[in-house]
Amino acid sequence: MSNEQSVDKERRNAMVATSVVGGIGALCTAWPFVNTFAPSEKAKAAGAPVEVDISGLKEGERMIVEWRGKPVWLLKRSPEMMASLAKTEGELADPDSQRKQSELTPEYCRNKFRAREDHKDLFVAVGICTHLGCSPSGPFPAGTQAVLKEEWGFVCPCHGSTFDLAGRVWKAKPAPDNLEIPPYKYLSETKLVIGDDSSDKKGA
Amino acid sequence: MAAGKKEPVVVTGLGALDKPASGLLTWVDARFPLMENWRAHMSEYYAPKNFNFWYFFGSLAMLVLVIQIVTGIFLVMHYKPDAQKAFESVEYIMREVPWGWLVRYMHSTGASMFFIVVYLHMFRGMIYGSYRKPRELVWIFGVMIFLCLMGEAFFGYLLPWGQMSFWGAQVIVNLFGAIPVIGPDLSIWIRGDYVVSDATLNRFFSFHVIAIPLVLLGLVAAHILALHEVGSNNPDGIEIKDKKDADGIPLDGIPFHPYYTIGHDLFAAVVFLMVFSAIVFFAPEMGGYFLEYNNFIAADPLKTPPHIAPVWYFTPYYSILRAMVWNFFYIDAKVWGVIGMGASTLIFFFLPWLDRSPVKSIRYRPALHKAIYAVFVVCFFVLGYLGTQPPSPVGQIVSQIGTVLYFAFFLGMPWWSRMGHFKPVPDRVTM
Repeated sequence: MSNEQSVDKERRNAMVATSVVGGIGALCTAWPFVNTFAPSEKAKAAGAPVEVDISGLKEGERMIVEWRGKPVWLLKRSPEMMASLAKTEGELADPDSQRKQSELTPEYCRNKFRAREDHKDLFVAVGICTHLGCSPSGPFPAGTQAVLKEEWGFVCPCHGSTFDLAGRVWKAKPAPDNLEIPPYKYLSETKLVIGDDSSDKKGA
Repeated sequence: MAAGKKEPVVVTGLGALDKPASGLLTWVDARFPLMENWRAHMSEYYAPKNFNFWYFFGSLAMLVLVIQIVTGIFLVMHYKPDAQKAFESVEYIMREVPWGWLVRYMHSTGASMFFIVVYLHMFRGMIYGSYRKPRELVWIFGVMIFLCLMGEAFFGYLLPWGQMSFWGAQVIVNLFGAIPVIGPDLSIWIRGDYVVSDATLNRFFSFHVIAIPLVLLGLVAAHILALHEVGSNNPDGIEIKDKKDADGIPLDGIPFHPYYTIGHDLFAAVVFLMVFSAIVFFAPEMGGYFLEYNNFIAADPLKTPPHIAPVWYFTPYYSILRAMVWNFFYIDAKVWGVIGMGASTLIFFFLPWLDRSPVKSIRYRPALHKAIYAVFVVCFFVLGYLGTQPPSPVGQIVSQIGTVLYFAFFLGMPWWSRMGHFKPVPDRVTM
């Protein structure tokens, strides 16, 4: 065989074909390994709705319940707190909750206070900052936090995003969106369910 | 096998295999290139004779790597990678395993010392132009080691399952969620759950003890092989291989062993271990910088501590992340923050091509360059300090300025590195 001899096309083709088939096989083998990373069936099953009794929740108080491993806040807003919502409206990035409505704001909460109309003082939200997932601190009373311009609100300790008491994010902060309002509904005046808003009362 | 009947045998090639071994070394050498490698990498690897203290940190990084691997092996014997038991098992190591506290403090101190040593090692490369041609691959392998090290530190930090572990992992995994379109699914895929959970802890454990260390060891080997192929740079930034004696040995080179092993690196190791021991025994938490106080509280998924910050070695990049608060070009500030943070570490890869200075070493560069390097170092420290602090309006502006200067240093380099009056470079190294 001299150096000038041309490539044996048949062997070259066989080699290419073998490489392609082998490569596909390797990719197929990678598939199950890649998928072991996905949430397990157990993790997927853990997202059941949570019932909460708010009979002990006083005005101005907040309770935290766990839903899908995340903190859900239930804040019973006082008239002073409700009034603060209007005062900082000019500072907000999305005061009317128009962004990503299907993910962040259920239809029945698309109002100025981001709560159900019939219980608008009770604010229910997933207490996870839309920036990188820390849980904001607060609610801080008016005048205690300089970054809130002397109004009520939440401050994320990680990157300094600020939110009003309806979970609406301020402008020019790292967090892009308002806090998520989970699906929820009232079973009675003092009992609600987080993670379910189907109109069938027995649906939970 | 003392002198007895002597047979005439060929001592090289396959013939050596037939020869009764006249010594263990000969026996081995006939089957494995032991002496060949010893000579190539130790006794006949010629390093420039003018190394100064900046050249301690490469070998010290190897020492810390060994400390981390050995202490890590012993910690795994007692640690439980289980969200229910992890925090408790670390306390168990600290309080009940005999000498467990020492092993654990060596490992936690080693993590911070690793970064101190590596940052100094990288800075050495920057001031003496060690990344310039023909050492680009040495530098690139080095940056890959640096990235692996950051991954290793990040995965390892979740394992104690304290508050900072949990919320730190939460933030970093959510960084991936910022990527448009695939982001949210990607962060779920990384966590293996909708929140940081047992699944996350287990996979991070696997990465921390198996995957990353294997890659790291391979990269360290590649880093050293690439270095020994092209030869070490030196504080004068000139090539010692340009001036060789009749035997082809660089005139300004001395054998790595024993001159640098015993005379240089052993001394460095002793001093380093004194500092290391002082920290392990007297200040293992280092005022909350090496071990953060909030990490002595078990992870609580419902409550972020009032002040969270990454460990000190990540804080410059964390400040850059926090500095991005505006939406540009229809892309969220969040995405820009992630891009900024990623770019601030990946930009090191491009250094060999960004630097257009006619001389390598800072010694022969204009005063202007020294001033620019000084500004960069100040920026790095200021960003690092701000990253440890709670967010504040003043801090935000300062970190934005710092971020701009940080990137200006790199992106402006093709221009500023050619400006000014350069001093003449000597033919031979200076001591």
